[in-house]
Amino acid sequence: MVSPILELKNINKSFGHVHANKNINLTINKGTIHGIIGENGAGKSTLMSIVFGLYKANSGTIKVNGKEINLRSPKDSIVNGIGMVHQHFMLVENFTVLENIILGFEGELVFGKNFVKAKKDLKNLCDTYKLNIDLNSIISDLSVGFRQRVEILKSLYRGAEILILDEPTGVLTPQEVDELFKILRSLNEEGKTIVLITHKLIEIMDLTSQVSVMRQGEMVGHIKTKDTNKEQLAEMMVGRSVLLRLDKSEVKTGDVVFKVEDLTVKDDLDVTRVKNVNLEICAGEILGLAGVTGNGQTELLEALSGIRKVESGEIYLDGKKISDSQNFLNPRELKEKGLAHVPEDRQRMGLVTDFKAYENLIFGYHDQQPFSKSSILNNKDIISHSKTIMEEYDVRPQSPNLITSNFSGGNQQKIILSRELNEKPKVLLVGQPTRGVDIGAIEFIHQRLIDMRDRGAAILLVSVELDEVLSLSDRIAVMFDGKIVGEKENKNVTDRELGLLMAGVV
Amino acid sequence: MEFLSDIASLINSTLRISTPLVFAAMAGIFAERSGVIDFSLEGKMLMAAFVAAVGSYFLGNPWLGLFLAIIACVSLSMLHGFASVTYKGDQVVSCVAINILIIGLTTALAAAWFGQAGLTPTLNEDQRFLEVNLPFAKSLKDVPIIGTIYSDILSGHYIFVYLAYLTVPLVFWVVFKTSFGLRLRAVGENPSAVDTAGINVFAMRYKALAINGVLIAFAGAHLSTAVNANFFREMSAGRGYLALAAMIFGKWHPKTALVACLLFGFTDALQIRLQGVELPAIGEIPVQLIQALPYVLTVVLLAGFVGKAIAPNAIGQPYIKER
Repeated sequence: MVSPILELKNINKSFGHVHANKNINLTINKGTIHGIIGENGAGKSTLMSIVFGLYKANSGTIKVNGKEINLRSPKDSIVNGIGMVHQHFMLVENFTVLENIILGFEGELVFGKNFVKAKKDLKNLCDTYKLNIDLNSIISDLSVGFRQRVEILKSLYRGAEILILDEPTGVLTPQEVDELFKILRSLNEEGKTIVLITHKLIEIMDLTSQVSVMRQGEMVGHIKTKDTNKEQLAEMMVGRSVLLRLDKSEVKTGDVVFKVEDLTVKDDLDVTRVKNVNLEICAGEILGLAGVTGNGQTELLEALSGIRKVESGEIYLDGKKISDSQNFLNPRELKEKGLAHVPEDRQRMGLVTDFKAYENLIFGYHDQQPFSKSSILNNKDIISHSKTIMEEYDVRPQSPNLITSNFSGGNQQKIILSRELNEKPKVLLVGQPTRGVDIGAIEFIHQRLIDMRDRGAAILLVSVELDEVLSLSDRIAVMFDGKIVGEKENKNVTDRELGLLMAGVV
Repeated sequence: MEFLSDIASLINSTLRISTPLVFAAMAGIFAERSGVIDFSLEGKMLMAAFVAAVGSYFLGNPWLGLFLAIIACVSLSMLHGFASVTYKGDQVVSCVAINILIIGLTTALAAAWFGQAGLTPTLNEDQRFLEVNLPFAKSLKDVPIIGTIYSDILSGHYIFVYLAYLTVPLVFWVVFKTSFGLRLRAVGENPSAVDTAGINVFAMRYKALAINGVLIAFAGAHLSTAVNANFFREMSAGRGYLALAAMIFGKWHPKTALVACLLFGFTDALQIRLQGVELPAIGEIPVQLIQALPYVLTVVLLAGFVGKAIAPNAIGQPYIKER
């Protein structure tokens, strides 16, 4: 007999004018793994933050084990057995694991007896669920995967019966994902209820028994996982049918256009982040650069685009050396040579978010005809150009005068992409093109990158999304600890193989 | 023996001069560890000095003056919290506002009540704190070494001097050995982690600010009702800022902050001692140059020798719960 452990009725939540959750109803049964899927901005995280007591709903009721509860703060949800692992970990980086876990649940004013007891209890919990965590290590020394386990352990220690995980796999390698899923399954076997929030269809199919789909703040359906498939779920999420597989023609590569030799780059703290990297990209080819965040991809991309000076090494375009540590070209000079860059962090480097869309659409090219003449901007031409380009790239809404921060993540990305692609560059450097972008826009952006390739551009794609690298690239290089640790043709290569390389195991 | 007594008196004045710095630095540690910048140590110290002197003058008891100073400083801390914690204003701006307000307020109130701009009447012996002579200080005075240490260095200070140095281990204990301290440090590093642990972030910051107010009141009372017998205009003379520098130099840690306070106190004691003294080979150093010594030291230490002082991660950022 299944009994509901968590029931939500008519939950509403607004942030200013944005109605993030509209009349949400949701029932989660005891002992199940329940998936909640939806695009970025569909309201999943907001909903779960309400359940966890972090946000206050404008209206609606929440029942745990059939009893209505009033959530004023996370304390109320914790005592009712709700635990949450947030997308951004809620850990104090310079504390030990133990300190992080007992925070708020010390049980005594001066550390003493309970401190010792907590240590023993936690050791037992670690053993039961095979979490393998050293309680005395400092959080900042732990890998992302382990930090996540600390979060899980924290919830368990605080007595969670319902464990909510918000996009838990975004920062993990495939192997770490496997480990996480193993842990979640064993928790489930022990009778814990698990709520998995994700935008990845494969995770839903892998792990859950029940799935609820959200779209634009509304609950659009609840189904048993075994009665559905990826295509149907994607359609429910987006509201129209989507192509999950990319149409990619065979690659017709030309000569080597872009070459990097022995490149070494240091970061702001004088730590060497890129170590003797060699890369070659041909015309009509996409080279995917995979790797876990923080292994030097960011610095490499910055160096190649002229933002960060290189320590040593050379950069070649069409067989000619264009840049090295003595004679380092800045982004403008690189641009003039036909190199375009779509930065990883679009809001910090790609856009001035407080400016209007039409201004962002010409940045970097603003001093060229017809946008300006003798240093005076020609706004009429800029706006008409912007209208054309916004239509071509399906930027919504199509209003050049709108402030850029009012566009969604996907549309902001389209603004940058259209600006850079419009110049028909020979070499395109792209960082995290679809981070925080919804499925519909991902499909569009991917298609545009493929079109660029087919037109003969050499493209370097840096992404932490392995699926993205696999579906777009012709060749894949893996970066670990500043070095290229492997390079493979994208034929018959599996995400397992790449995962091992990304973890630095091979 | 001349040399030995010189050293003893130098250490003695170092302890005395460092006292307000120690209180202020400890006060700063509470505020800043909770994630709230406190530039207003200076203003609060000045306020405490004024209130303690005035309270003591009217009520005839320095302890009552101190009590009123505590109330005044806690109120100012709450004002700072109201502006920068509850209403998420800029913390530095709030501090600067408090500092400017207090300079004007103390001067104006002194003028209104006592007819002298920025000066309160001199307190008599009943109205101020007196030096405390430790037991047997007199009889031990002539014993070599022990006498110097006990009678010349340790004995004969104002009560605040002893309290200040007792405060340091107490602060250390509270910050690192209690659950309150754990929460305090956490709220300055990652308030979201504290919030999701079911602890009220705002309440934690207000508590930290309240303790901050109590501690800084001692620094002010020390100035106007112990070492001096009245309040005068801007008598805190930058000690609040110096204490803040000491706290940063000490990396937000009570023990190292104490060392930094003593170092600043020592250079100040040294500059007083060196005034008008002929040094061998150098001759007499101009007074202005000597007086600049503590400040030069501050700049040099903060700029070069500290290494990278890592502030609490969330310092200066108001906690915003919903986006």
